[in-house]
Amino acid sequence: MNNDVMAIELKQITKSFGPVVANAGIDLSVRQGEILALLGENGSGKTTLMNMLSGIYKPDSGSIFINGKSVVINSPKAAIKLGIGMIHQHFKLVESLTAADNIIMGSKEKGLFLKKSRAEKIRSISRRFGLEIDPLKKVHDMSVSEKQTVEILKVLYRNANILILDEPTAVLTPQETRRLFDILRRMKQEGCAIIIITHKLNEVMEISDRVTILRKGQSVATVNTAETNIKELTELMVGRSVELSIYRPEPEYDESLLEVHHLTVADEEGFETIRDISFNLKKGEILGVAGVAGSGQKELCEAIAGLMPVKKGAILYNKENLIGKSPKEIINLGISMSFIPEDRLGMGLAASLSLVDNLLLKKYYQGKGPFVRKKEARALARRLVEQLDIATPSVDAPVRKLSGGNVQKVLLGREIESDPNVLITAYPVRGLDINSSYTIYDMLNEQKKKGVAILFIGEDLDVLLELCDRIMVLCHGRITGIVNAKEVSKEELGLLMTGAASDRPDLQEGGNN
Amino acid sequence: MIINFLFAAIKAGCPLLFGTTGEIMTEKSGNLNLGVEGMMFMGAFVSFYTAYKTDSLALALLAAFGTGVLAAMIYALLTVSLMANQNVTGLALSIFGAGYAKFFGESMISKAGGSPKLSESFIKSISEQPLPLLGDIPVLGKLLFSHNPLVYISIIIAVICTIYMSRTRAGLNMRAVGESAAAADAAGINVYAVKYIHICLGGGICALGGAYLSLINGGGIWNNSNVVNGQGWIAVALVIFAAWNPAKAIFGSLVFGAFSVLQFYVPRNIIELPNAFYVMLPFLITTLILIITSMKKTKKGVQPAGCGINYFREER
Repeated sequence: MNNDVMAIELKQITKSFGPVVANAGIDLSVRQGEILALLGENGSGKTTLMNMLSGIYKPDSGSIFINGKSVVINSPKAAIKLGIGMIHQHFKLVESLTAADNIIMGSKEKGLFLKKSRAEKIRSISRRFGLEIDPLKKVHDMSVSEKQTVEILKVLYRNANILILDEPTAVLTPQETRRLFDILRRMKQEGCAIIIITHKLNEVMEISDRVTILRKGQSVATVNTAETNIKELTELMVGRSVELSIYRPEPEYDESLLEVHHLTVADEEGFETIRDISFNLKKGEILGVAGVAGSGQKELCEAIAGLMPVKKGAILYNKENLIGKSPKEIINLGISMSFIPEDRLGMGLAASLSLVDNLLLKKYYQGKGPFVRKKEARALARRLVEQLDIATPSVDAPVRKLSGGNVQKVLLGREIESDPNVLITAYPVRGLDINSSYTIYDMLNEQKKKGVAILFIGEDLDVLLELCDRIMVLCHGRITGIVNAKEVSKEELGLLMTGAASDRPDLQEGGNN
Repeated sequence: MIINFLFAAIKAGCPLLFGTTGEIMTEKSGNLNLGVEGMMFMGAFVSFYTAYKTDSLALALLAAFGTGVLAAMIYALLTVSLMANQNVTGLALSIFGAGYAKFFGESMISKAGGSPKLSESFIKSISEQPLPLLGDIPVLGKLLFSHNPLVYISIIIAVICTIYMSRTRAGLNMRAVGESAAAADAAGINVYAVKYIHICLGGGICALGGAYLSLINGGGIWNNSNVVNGQGWIAVALVIFAAWNPAKAIFGSLVFGAFSVLQFYVPRNIIELPNAFYVMLPFLITTLILIITSMKKTKKGVQPAGCGINYFREER
């Protein structure tokens, strides 16, 4: 391997979408056998830039060099030909096909018919890289990490020597992340050039050789990982110094507000998504919920909010059973729920309505007469915009025009405005950058001090550990442990998340009092 | 009696099988083309006109197929390249096709000075004849091997399509496009080419169903009546009944064929029902099937997930 030739070199890449300039003259380079971390806040243009390497977008101007040669990448097909493989944040897999078919589809091979031996071939490749996969398993039966393995195999099968990963660890447990990093290191030794996008700074420090930082569509710096630290990276990313620890006030109350007893929830097909779980939520505390995606978090939220029928068990709020009550009655009792789904849009806000109309959605029925009272709602909207520093052209602009962080502030702001006693919030900082995330944590802590009981469903374990008082871990719809956030380690949480800690009674009991 | 009934059912199901197989091809590549009725109308007229002028079955079928391909290409241009709404485009194609057949049919009639009639020799070439040897088998020979040539063609096409979809590389790529165009694109499949090819092929196959209706069912005469008469719509529903599998469509079209000829085989002295009831029957069954399949709770992995959704790579 010639280390002087750059595997990837981007020069002055510019791309705009309508009036929005996503990338403005970005330079970036990666050597063969090197791992480059691409760092930046939301909307700084990381994914856009990488999509131009994988052929999804075409740059407006600028040039791309692969292994020293100037190239034009017109389509994903052209990118594959150049040896570029990208693992997208939202996997590009066909759910109804098997792993093997997903891997071989689109590949250029001889022969009209599919070969029976294709599964065996995939198995041998996966063994060579130390990956575990059942080639005949359908993708929709797979866990998130299995799906990622299929994506990696797809790239390996096409003999890619340039690998791009867009937030690959966002959905993995710490153990799965470690395994992914082992694979990346092995590929690096084989001379692959790797670009990894991640928000998690400790991972950047662990895996990368160099870091390129983007801010507002421009590359602001490239540093050697060995010569930098998390604080410096954050400052480069945000553009000023920030305080990195989350403030955690001590809970002041000791009275249980919401009690869940032996709750079981089944979906339409009769599959039990929540199985016999019991816990309590105290006044003025933040109870975190950790778990691999799809462990029952969504169903738990919806069961409490009255959106999903309950099969067995009871949910007591101030000794009053919520089961059988309509969502509206539950809201009127002061229980408020906000859920941020993966796509962050279908989330309880009507995207094409304005901020004012969205605030009205939850309150309009309290007014008298057939007309809604816009004036009050508009005043409230203005107050929210000011308090939460929401960036919007006007309170009458459709919410879909707002950036992700601002939309999430609107959503949480509306829930808090209804003055709840119990606040259930799922993934409120999903995909948010550091600044916006801290605004949300502050909002939650303020509610906590007011005595609101908060159920916080999160995905970043570091945040859960710093923000919550107790953490409840879900695995396949069961509680595998409720632990004291101050006494537990990330590794222990990881074990609970995979259900591997069932032989550790000490972990399951801790902090349960 | 029973054998005659089943024999008639196979014949009546044949145009449906063409339409269903063609539509399965289209939907499996991710496009819902509601223009089956229209493409069948166009195939019906063009094949009749070609047969009337040339006396050649091969040319008549080729012309019908080609017309179906062209009609589907309009649909593909609008939905795949220009991203028009698939439902609306398909409906427009249905209306256009019916108008096309009636407009040119009328001018053919006025030129011929009366309803044009196909030649004796042509009618003979599409008549039912037992196949050599196979046709001599008792019962089965009559039931399976004494049909007109189009029946065999429809079944052969359905079988080839089944094998193509499940066993070939090109078939896998097409299924991938139909399930998730974005995933297929990222895997290096030319999504637009795959869609165009299968929409056009599907349209061609649908139009053959129209050829069957005008050449065989029409009795060799074109009188500008409603030749297709809703069969295209039944084919769209049959796709669901057949769970997007052409092999199952063979069975499905037989069932529907049976319902549409039932009126001639129910012993009148036992059950007395108005004729209109029997005419309505296939549509009633279609409605029932749609209701039942919609009630099923799990729809996983049956309908192609990308069916009805236009794909634009740079969409954010």
